Amino acid sequence: MSVIAYGAARATLRSSGALLNRNWVAMRRAWILVVSGAVESLLFLFAFGFGVGALVGDITLPDGTTVSYTAFVAPAILANAAMMGVLNETSINVFAKFKWMKVYDGILNTPLRPWDVALGEVWWALIRGGTYIGAFVVVMGLFGLLDSWWSLLAVPACVFISLAFAGIGLTLATLFRDWPDFDWMMAVVFAMFLFGGTFTPVEAYPAFAQPIVYVMPLYHGIELVRGLSLGQPGPMMLVNIAYLLALSVGGMWIAQRRLGKALYK
Amino acid sequence: MPDDNEMLVRASDLRKSYGDHEAVRGVDFEIRRGEAFGFLGANGAGKSTTMRMIGCVSQPTAGTLEVFGRDPLTEGAAIRARLGVVPQDNTLDGMLTVFENLVVYARYFGIKKRDARVKAAELLDFVQLTARAKDQVNELSGGMQRRLAIARSLINDPDLVILDEPTTGLDPQARHLVWERLFQLKHRGVSILLTTHYMDEAEQLCDRLVVMDEGRIIAAGSPRELIDTHVTKEVVELRFGAAHTAELAELALTLTGVGAQIEPLPDKILVYTDDADDTGAALEAREITPTSTLARRATLEDVFLRLTGRALVEDEA
Repeated sequence: MSVIAYGAARATLRSSGALLNRNWVAMRRAWILVVSGAVESLLFLFAFGFGVGALVGDITLPDGTTVSYTAFVAPAILANAAMMGVLNETSINVFAKFKWMKVYDGILNTPLRPWDVALGEVWWALIRGGTYIGAFVVVMGLFGLLDSWWSLLAVPACVFISLAFAGIGLTLATLFRDWPDFDWMMAVVFAMFLFGGTFTPVEAYPAFAQPIVYVMPLYHGIELVRGLSLGQPGPMMLVNIAYLLALSVGGMWIAQRRLGKALYK
Repeated sequence: MPDDNEMLVRASDLRKSYGDHEAVRGVDFEIRRGEAFGFLGANGAGKSTTMRMIGCVSQPTAGTLEVFGRDPLTEGAAIRARLGVVPQDNTLDGMLTVFENLVVYARYFGIKKRDARVKAAELLDFVQLTARAKDQVNELSGGMQRRLAIARSLINDPDLVILDEPTTGLDPQARHLVWERLFQLKHRGVSILLTTHYMDEAEQLCDRLVVMDEGRIIAAGSPRELIDTHVTKEVVELRFGAAHTAELAELALTLTGVGAQIEPLPDKILVYTDDADDTGAALEAREITPTSTLARRATLEDVFLRLTGRALVEDEA
């Protein structure tokens, strides 16, 4: 039994790895796109963290501790970068490969199954998102925004965010009919970025709005990364992680099912 | 050593429906190792759907299907690992170069990078595209893209190569290049399964074929057998100036007896006969003088016409 399971896991790894290889070969000529993605989040950090941060100075958190506004906002922008990196990759790029370039139609005739495709795309998105996260964390460190050893854990925390949004992005890619749908996605994403606890603690919002924020996947990502980068771990983080993982697995499952249905006619 | 009589594909009462539309309505066939097997039929006859089921990318609605003795429903990935598929629309990867298309595809089959590169170079040579290795696939002509798709289908040394309409949409010269490569494959003993609506393609390439119409198989055998069974040896084509459908149908009535069978078409009348000279003499005796008379050998096109009452390539004729 375990031998079979091991064999299947190995086959899945190899197959999804083959798709990863495909994306790598296809993208290595377009590395400029990867760099531009990293630059974007750094610009956000400079604009909000240092621009607005200089005006606001220190803020007091609901639990009474005081932190500089830049240190408060930077982890949220990091969480946002972790989201955007994979969301762009899994939604728009996968949609283009799926509906326009028909890349999966050719792959369909090989031993790869929809699961392998979904998993391969998630690996790829994680790697691409990971480069943004890495660059961002290095810059945070250079500006002295990482105060405690806990903050190193912000990096793996970002991986949970990436996983969650990779699942969501893949599902959206299979649901979307045409480009206008992406405008809706971007609107929702921007709303999450603005109101998901990025710029102010959630407790500052009116009571009726707070439950809406708690449902936002990005909120859970921000809480996780901020708590760690400020060196304030707490039990609620387990809820954040569980929520993000559930989104990840659920999203991938729906995506591979829809991919299979669309391709195996 | 593979057994020459080994069955690669076995289908019985195979069916496929899309909603209310029944694309394949119960077909039976067997494909043996080493043979070139064809599905001949007009567009929409159910050929591609049957190919997709054999290729394990479409689930049969009913009936049984075995590929390499396995069940496509539960062992699709294992079957696909041994198949080479050339889809009608090539499905090449537009983001990759010609060479990368092959190497990347090889990796899907678990072939190691180093082996993949050797194999890719070999196959590019086989389809005469070595000079285009570094080009993007979109820069290739239709015929070159098809040849690349053929090369790609061979990357895993498949036990069976499936080609769906391999020369549809190609100009005559490109068609001949593709045919020539397929002959090479046949010569090497590769088992080939192809669909086509070109009777000359089926006649030249296939050892055995089935004729499909409206989701059913209406005849099966070697090209020679099919011609011998369903039509006479020769065909005389008669044209009567500008005479058209209705006039020709009327004229056909006066021809009874000059051949084994008279078939009026929109632009000509076909007389099926075992001896074209006899038919010519009979026409003369009746003082019937067509504006043009052409005697030729019967082809699969005639078989199809006799069986269905329709031409194979109606829209392109």
